[in-house]
Amino acid sequence: SSASAPFSVPSAEKVDGFPRRSMRRARQRRSHSSSQFRYQSSQVELTPLPLLKDAPVAELHDLFCKKLQQCCVLFDFLDCVADLKGKEIKRAALNELVESVATSRGVLIEPLYPEAIKMISVNIFRTLPPSENPEFDPEEDEPTLEASWPHLQLVYEFFLRFLESPDFQPSMAKRYVDQKFVLQLLELFDSEDPREREYLKTILHRVYGKLLGLRAYIRKQINNIFLRFIYETEHFNGVAELLEILGSIINGFALPLKAEHKQFLVRVLIPLHTAKSLSIFHAQLAYCVVQFMEKDATVTEYIIRGLLKYWPKTCTQKEVMFLGEIEEILDVIEPSQFIRVQEPLFKQIAACISSPHFQVAERALYFWNNEYILSLIEENCQVILPLVFATLYRVSKEHWNQTIVSLIYNVLKTFMEMNSKLFDDLTASYKVEKQKELKRDRERADLWRGLEEHQDRRMQMLTEAARNQRNLQERGERGDPPSPSSPQTSHSDQPELKPSGASSSSSGGGESAT
Amino acid sequence: MAGADGDDSLYPIAVLIDELRNEDVQLRLNSIKKLSTIALALGVERTRTELLPFLTDTIYDEDEVLLALAEQLGNFTMLVGGPEYVHCLLPPLESLATVEETVVRDKAVESLRKISQEHSPVDLEVHFEPLVKRLASGDWFTSRTSACGLFSVCYPRVSSTVKAEIRQHFRTLCSDDTPMVRRAAASKLGEFAKVLELDYVKSDIISLFTALASDEQDSVRLLAVEACVSIATLLPQEDLESLVMPTLRQAAEDKSWRVRYMVADKFSELQKAVGPEITKNDLVPAFQNLLKDCEAEVRAAAANKVKEFCENLPEDNREQIIMTHILPCVKELVSDTNQHVKSALASVIMGLSTILGKDNTIEHLLPLFLAQLKDECPEVRLNIISNLDCVNEVIGIRQLSQSLLPAIVELAEDAKWRVRLAIIEYMPLLAGQLGVEFFDEKLNTLCMAWLIDHVYAIREAATCNLMKLVEKFGAEWAQNTIVPKVLGMANDPNYLHRMTTLFCINALSEACGQDITTKQMLPVVLKMSNDQVANVRFNVAKSLQKIGPVLDSNALQTEVKPVLEKLATDTDMDVKYFAQEAISVLVLA
Repeated sequence: SSASAPFSVPSAEKVDGFPRRSMRRARQRRSHSSSQFRYQSSQVELTPLPLLKDAPVAELHDLFCKKLQQCCVLFDFLDCVADLKGKEIKRAALNELVESVATSRGVLIEPLYPEAIKMISVNIFRTLPPSENPEFDPEEDEPTLEASWPHLQLVYEFFLRFLESPDFQPSMAKRYVDQKFVLQLLELFDSEDPREREYLKTILHRVYGKLLGLRAYIRKQINNIFLRFIYETEHFNGVAELLEILGSIINGFALPLKAEHKQFLVRVLIPLHTAKSLSIFHAQLAYCVVQFMEKDATVTEYIIRGLLKYWPKTCTQKEVMFLGEIEEILDVIEPSQFIRVQEPLFKQIAACISSPHFQVAERALYFWNNEYILSLIEENCQVILPLVFATLYRVSKEHWNQTIVSLIYNVLKTFMEMNSKLFDDLTASYKVEKQKELKRDRERADLWRGLEEHQDRRMQMLTEAARNQRNLQERGERGDPPSPSSPQTSHSDQPELKPSGASSSSSGGGESAT
Repeated sequence: MAGADGDDSLYPIAVLIDELRNEDVQLRLNSIKKLSTIALALGVERTRTELLPFLTDTIYDEDEVLLALAEQLGNFTMLVGGPEYVHCLLPPLESLATVEETVVRDKAVESLRKISQEHSPVDLEVHFEPLVKRLASGDWFTSRTSACGLFSVCYPRVSSTVKAEIRQHFRTLCSDDTPMVRRAAASKLGEFAKVLELDYVKSDIISLFTALASDEQDSVRLLAVEACVSIATLLPQEDLESLVMPTLRQAAEDKSWRVRYMVADKFSELQKAVGPEITKNDLVPAFQNLLKDCEAEVRAAAANKVKEFCENLPEDNREQIIMTHILPCVKELVSDTNQHVKSALASVIMGLSTILGKDNTIEHLLPLFLAQLKDECPEVRLNIISNLDCVNEVIGIRQLSQSLLPAIVELAEDAKWRVRLAIIEYMPLLAGQLGVEFFDEKLNTLCMAWLIDHVYAIREAATCNLMKLVEKFGAEWAQNTIVPKVLGMANDPNYLHRMTTLFCINALSEACGQDITTKQMLPVVLKMSNDQVANVRFNVAKSLQKIGPVLDSNALQTEVKPVLEKLATDTDMDVKYFAQEAISVLVLA
């Protein structure tokens, strides 16, 4: 930002414009409170219960249930010395619950389901606090960690073990793990704490795997999250995790692909490439895209044309990512599909080769090192060489970076070997084509000059027509008292594109009268 | 139309359309931006029959092109032959209103809203309203989202049967399956309520409002808060309690901080909308809670509203409410743990002094101001200093000057240059309020110290500050206090400081007048033309060009001209360039 910018930056951290790393780090180390805490009416004093492992079988379920209820009490973790005894009792209880559900059989009986889900809900569902750093950059900044993690982690661990237990019965769970539950679970993916998102990812995957009735709903809600991320907020921390789950979901899609799934590809996955923070989830996104192609080759054209539509215009870093994804796609493309997209694709690749940013040019030129891509190029040399020749020829003479220049020479050499006749023809006609291009530019300039002159004349005509019309009207109305806004004052000499309602219809009349 | 026909043949549609689909996006964009030129060349009839169908068919372009198209079409009425043909523009705009990209869609809706006004009531029912209906029942969420913005523009001008249909469509969208559409509907709820008949506001809007305000997604609920302002304004006072207040109370205590933030952010509007009685009974405690909220974000938003809220309290017991209910919360916020909260408060707290008067200010507010002036966060101190004028009117700034000075000095030496920059910008204001004596005694040294700051932006601002001070205190003051120090720097071993002398002279010459400029400044500038450093020499040339107009022609001819001529033969090409430029601008050649 420029030195003369007015002082309106809201936060003192931004005051400098160039905050020192160490300072930012130190500040980011702090952790969040969860705003759920204040909603607990009164603090309950916890008393330790007997250990589960010592309980007689007859009392086990009852004790398990009491422990679950005990774990519904929430603690203030921002105050790290508050109620240490209570925190320890809850931690021990959670540990026991995790242990019990993971190792002993027959614990999970029906009455425990609502209690377990209630305990999980009370602990994990909360409105995520505002980000400490409004410009949080997941690549640069340290995330703010969840303060209550010592308990939260155990609750997540319990939930996971609960879902993975051999005793787990989806038919019982589905009464409590319902749509509302899943929606809240999905919202938690926005957590800034990567540890929490990691648990959520595994848990959601299990829920998707075990509770079949929720699958369509989960997919739909993920869609909504992505669409909001793309078109509304551009902010959601868990995109990568959700994409990772989707990657394995796509893997399991039945063929032929349902319209719903194709729509998801075209209207959600492809537009996700426009996000500013693409780098954070690009690997997962590209994986999903390639999964789709491997499922059904006919979606290839949608994908390539979609990527070309959203091709980055100013961000070279993203351009390199797009090129990487294109290479991944080309690696598995079917030759018949390749032919359908080669023209627009290689126009873009040519544009990348002429990028002044050498990493973009280099990434594009690396395609010629890929044997499969090279074989596709060779098969379609007649189409592709004319598309890229002029660029290669020009850039080989102009590029500032020597590595690029030598890479281009190699590509030119490859082409020469592929089809020397075509190569020579193109070399011969290069100058002529260049001239033709210049001529077309000149013609375009002439056309527009003509059009603009015509517009000026036309506007003048319209203005005059309108004025004549008014004069006529005025003459006709003479005898009436002069209206407060006489045409001379209300009508400026400046031609107006859009006169108010009445006068525009009269100007239309004037036009047909001439 | 004879002349026009001749022109048309010059421009076959094919050529123009070729321009609109040129392979190069930039060229295509240029052509779309001049769509009106093309339409004029074609004439109204061919625009309607050939150009518009083409545009409708080719809406698969880059979003940037579509955005330009959506904007153009909003101004196309005359180009298709005036209001009676305006409905021709609907098909392309309808397609644009369904695309994915939000900015394109929004622009299409904006244009549709614009041209809706140019439709006759009949055309509105025949052409426009069916379009709204189609959008409202579209498959993909984008078209339904766009529909939300179109109901309110056609509702007032259609028959009562169609009105009923529109209300039904709006109702459906408010409970749409996708949150995106519900958000769009919620954000247009207030606008739609305004065009509805009061009975329907009560019967329809209130139930929609209540439903949206308790939506499962907080992003929907918070939009209902905005609508609350418009709805409360429309209803008679006696209905507010039963129809609006339950929902508003619930929003102020929502479990999501985003919703509470919204309530805090809209608090002044809400306050005006519900009137003094409800404010006293309901909003005062709600505001106290927001000021004490557990999320800093919410507290900061509420703190920002403290002054406005207090100002708008009913006058009869305003002072009592502030003193017993608001001020205790404000006192706590002064020592809040979050600097954004403190700084939000600091930007408005001074405004309370005008409301509370002299005695209360001295007794209750002054200690708070003083505490904030000593705050660890520079932004808090700055916000206090930047609002000093409010207090100045009530108790005079002298009360504060003892604490003010250390605060200013500390900010003046802050490690962050933007903080230093900000305080420099308040210097002329402070100087005016504190008076010349106080200034000379305490602040002058600071102002001079900034001239040798190691950040250029600070040196530049310091120069500009000197100019403003001279404008305030006069040339004589300048001659005694500033000019000698500035000119002294001309002999500094650091060339950057020597250049600062020149920059100061550039800034001060006009305010100081011909006498000082000719007698004191000019000799120094001329002497610097022999400087070792080329940057100094070419700045001499620039300075001479700048102060030339202040000098008399004698000085110009006898003193400036020879020096510039010498510089014009300098070995350094930049020095030469600027010397020649000065010679030609001052007409000395």
